[in-house]
Amino acid sequence: MTTTSKKLETVIVRFAGDSGDGMQLVGDRFTAATAHVGNDLSTLPDFPAEIRAPAGTPGGVSAFQIHFASRDILTPGDHPNTLVAMNPAALKAHLDALEAGGTLLVNEDAFTPANLRKAGYEANPLEDGTVEDYQTFEVPMTTLTTRATDDIEGLKPAEAQRTKNLFALGLISWMYGRPGKATISWLEAKFASKPAIKEANVAAFKAGYNFGDTAEIAATPIEVGPAPLDAGEYRNINGANATAMGLLAASVKSGLQLFFATYPITPASELLHHLARHNRFGVRTVQAEDEIAAVNMALGASFGGKLGVTATSGPGMDLKAETIALAQVLELPLVVIDVQRAGPSTGLPTKTEQSDLLMAIHGRHGESPLPVIAASTPSGCFDAAVEAARIAVRHRTPVILLSDTFLTNSSEPWRLPSMDDLPEIDPDFAIGPNAGDEFLPYLRDERGARPWAIPGTPGLQHRLGGLEKEHGSGKVSYDPANHALMTKLRAEKLEKLAEELPPLVVDADEGAELLVLGWGSTSGVIGAAARRIRGRGLPIAIAHLRNLEPMPLNTGDVVRSFDKVLIPELNTGQLLSLVRDKFLVDAIGHNKVEGLPILAEELEQAILELIE
Amino acid sequence: MSENGHDHEHGNGAAGTLTKADFQSGQETRWCPGCGDYAILASVQALMPELGIPPEKTVFISGIGCAGRFVYYMDTYGMHGIHGRAPALATGIATAREDLSVWVVSGDGDSLSIGGNHLIHSLRRNVPIKLLLFNNQIYGLTKGQYSPTSETGKITKSTPFGSEDHPFNPLALALGADASFVARTIDVEKVHLTEVLRKAAEHEGSAFVEIYQNCNVFNDGAFDAVRGKGGGPNQIRLEHGQPLRFGAENERGVVRSADGGLEVVEVADVGADAIVVHDAHIEDPSHATALARLADAPTGPTPIGVFRDVKRPVYGAARQHELLEAHANATLGDLDELLRSGDTWTV
Ligand code: SF4
Repeated sequence: MTTTSKKLETVIVRFAGDSGDGMQLVGDRFTAATAHVGNDLSTLPDFPAEIRAPAGTPGGVSAFQIHFASRDILTPGDHPNTLVAMNPAALKAHLDALEAGGTLLVNEDAFTPANLRKAGYEANPLEDGTVEDYQTFEVPMTTLTTRATDDIEGLKPAEAQRTKNLFALGLISWMYGRPGKATISWLEAKFASKPAIKEANVAAFKAGYNFGDTAEIAATPIEVGPAPLDAGEYRNINGANATAMGLLAASVKSGLQLFFATYPITPASELLHHLARHNRFGVRTVQAEDEIAAVNMALGASFGGKLGVTATSGPGMDLKAETIALAQVLELPLVVIDVQRAGPSTGLPTKTEQSDLLMAIHGRHGESPLPVIAASTPSGCFDAAVEAARIAVRHRTPVILLSDTFLTNSSEPWRLPSMDDLPEIDPDFAIGPNAGDEFLPYLRDERGARPWAIPGTPGLQHRLGGLEKEHGSGKVSYDPANHALMTKLRAEKLEKLAEELPPLVVDADEGAELLVLGWGSTSGVIGAAARRIRGRGLPIAIAHLRNLEPMPLNTGDVVRSFDKVLIPELNTGQLLSLVRDKFLVDAIGHNKVEGLPILAEELEQAILELIE
Repeated sequence: MSENGHDHEHGNGAAGTLTKADFQSGQETRWCPGCGDYAILASVQALMPELGIPPEKTVFISGIGCAGRFVYYMDTYGMHGIHGRAPALATGIATAREDLSVWVVSGDGDSLSIGGNHLIHSLRRNVPIKLLLFNNQIYGLTKGQYSPTSETGKITKSTPFGSEDHPFNPLALALGADASFVARTIDVEKVHLTEVLRKAAEHEGSAFVEIYQNCNVFNDGAFDAVRGKGGGPNQIRLEHGQPLRFGAENERGVVRSADGGLEVVEVADVGADAIVVHDAHIEDPSHATALARLADAPTGPTPIGVFRDVKRPVYGAARQHELLEAHANATLGDLDELLRSGDTWTV
């Protein structure tokens, strides 16, 4: 029995294996157990585009990284302290990321000549010195799993071997003092209808746990205590689920039935899977025949008085653009969610990027400004979704909500809000004439918004359409001066929205000369890099934009008040060009387009180069 | 009671007192003089009050093309969308609001070219919408290019040496998509058109109606073989339960052909008993398809009327009832509970 353990503040573990090895499941379960311990945590799933990528090759490796700590953390972490490699390909693909001297746990059974060849190793890396700088544990996981599940009746050998991921999970759970109870009861529920499989998974998990516990491995268990999080009730949530919950909340809060139409696309489909389950809240989901149909259905439903929402990823946005411009002229509420992924075209469909910002703002024909907001953390997707719906309904406009692959898949603890605290969303349907005994569908209120009169309302029949509208009456008008006026009025809706936005908050140290300005999913890494800079006793300022169009009114003043402005983005400089264009500030970009998040050490380095 | 919480009685009085004027928007019509669209508009405006659905419960949706302007002339709720997408917009509104009567007005370019996908999928789903396809076999609004229903060899500005395309047979296409109601009528045949549209309105689910519409500017006379003066003898008027006979003296008829389809014969040659009796309610679309194939182009004997009228589950109807009830009963407390279901912990 091991009696001593080492206390650590923060730990990063990465599980890597073949895409059929069940690494995502292992990651999810380890995350759940970690949440139970009360750590703060952040996760980064990373998987190939193919469902069954060529087995045993580095291209087919699926990985899951978790960063957990006894303090608050902001990112899934840069370099794992511990890497679990289930086969040679996983080792090949991920060894570079492991910190110097880090812990490496490999399934030595998988290091067969055939697997080594598939992974592209000429010699066995366990023997040729490749891993000698790491604390390496070679564990025959397949053999031990087979042995542990030996006497389970009705279990096929292949099924027994497939549970080796649970062995790895058991071992890592022991190593980091994660309780096994929750994992076991989850397995029991999940495989309730398949007793042999259930038993095998539980047995493999226990075998892995006991393997550590009975000191068959010369590793010291590590203790990471609970983080001092704000008091409240927590759950773990990823961005896809948080977005779904936000849309549900907006629906209940506004009294508008949620109508969600979409076409399957990675990674936005997750949202459909979440929402399709919520019959109980009256959510109407439609899987449309294509992207264009999806946005048109949502717009049609909005015309009918529903909360019309569609979601997609980059390529789908291109297809929806014409309809989004229609919605902009119809001035109907519509929420369009773009879960950005690495493009152009199919690009890297399972990898993250922030390269749709300029498209969201400018990517339509004609003058068609509309509000664009971006979620910045997985749980923050909830608030961003509520906000997108609120602006759409209140200002009668399509709103683009930007998320990305990282936010959608990554998870973190979320202090649950009380629904009573959410902002009001009042659809404020028109129910009677608004100009004497006449109804003018394009008569605007102080926000520049027009009335929303829905079919079924007697006396308010009117025709909307893509042809230019006459100010007030909404009749078709080809009058040049009217077109100029309507173009201006549509733009002014954004100016009026800007007046309602909370100012951009700057977290600045005294004497800071550099501002790091971000948007979207870089919020975590910017905070983590700032923490490192502050740890060095250097001053810095950071700010994060949630509203990209319009921006908070003080944005120009903020960026002009620092000597230098650094903008880290997962693109080649899109917010950068907006800031330069709008505010004539010579900002500097820190850009990465590798399909993976920026690391804290990379950003720290970029900052140091500017302030030292 | 609409589901949105407003209690609407019929705004324009009881349905029985509605008149054609209640459906006229008063916006100046801007089609070319002599265009077949005028006749269709007049017939639709006259039919609407008879359906007993008040204007505020009626929605017209259109795409782009000359036909797209139709919605502006109806004093109902309306939306003039973008090219080809009207069936998708209409699917959204009809699925979300099954208390409404939703009509789509479209043309051959709009529905069969740029919007072909939405057309077939709305018919496949059996969304409760009435799709009126104004077929003039030409692009009117863009000034005279050939359309997906133009005949092969058609000489237009975009095909000076004749079009190479094989045209669609719109009814065969709709039947291929398993449309539950498929009909054809003619712009100037006021009585026939009104009757067909009435049946379309009464049909539960999608109703697809092709209307031969003369574009007197770019494709005048395309339907002369069956339309207007002299066209009558070529019209095979489909009446459910009646033998398929036509001609000035009812001297011609339709019989099964040796290849399994249908063909036109002289009744005198085969005897009256050999003439096929029309049945619009057969589940299997073969009969309706054979009828649609009897005339791929309106140049000779051509069936008009209801080809197919069958019952199929209507998209959304049952589900939307349940969902609306669930939505009406969902509270913020339920949401709090949902957020807190599963693994949570307290700090
Ligand atoms: S171009 Fe043809 S279809 Fe269009 S309005 Fe003129 S006559 Fe009618």
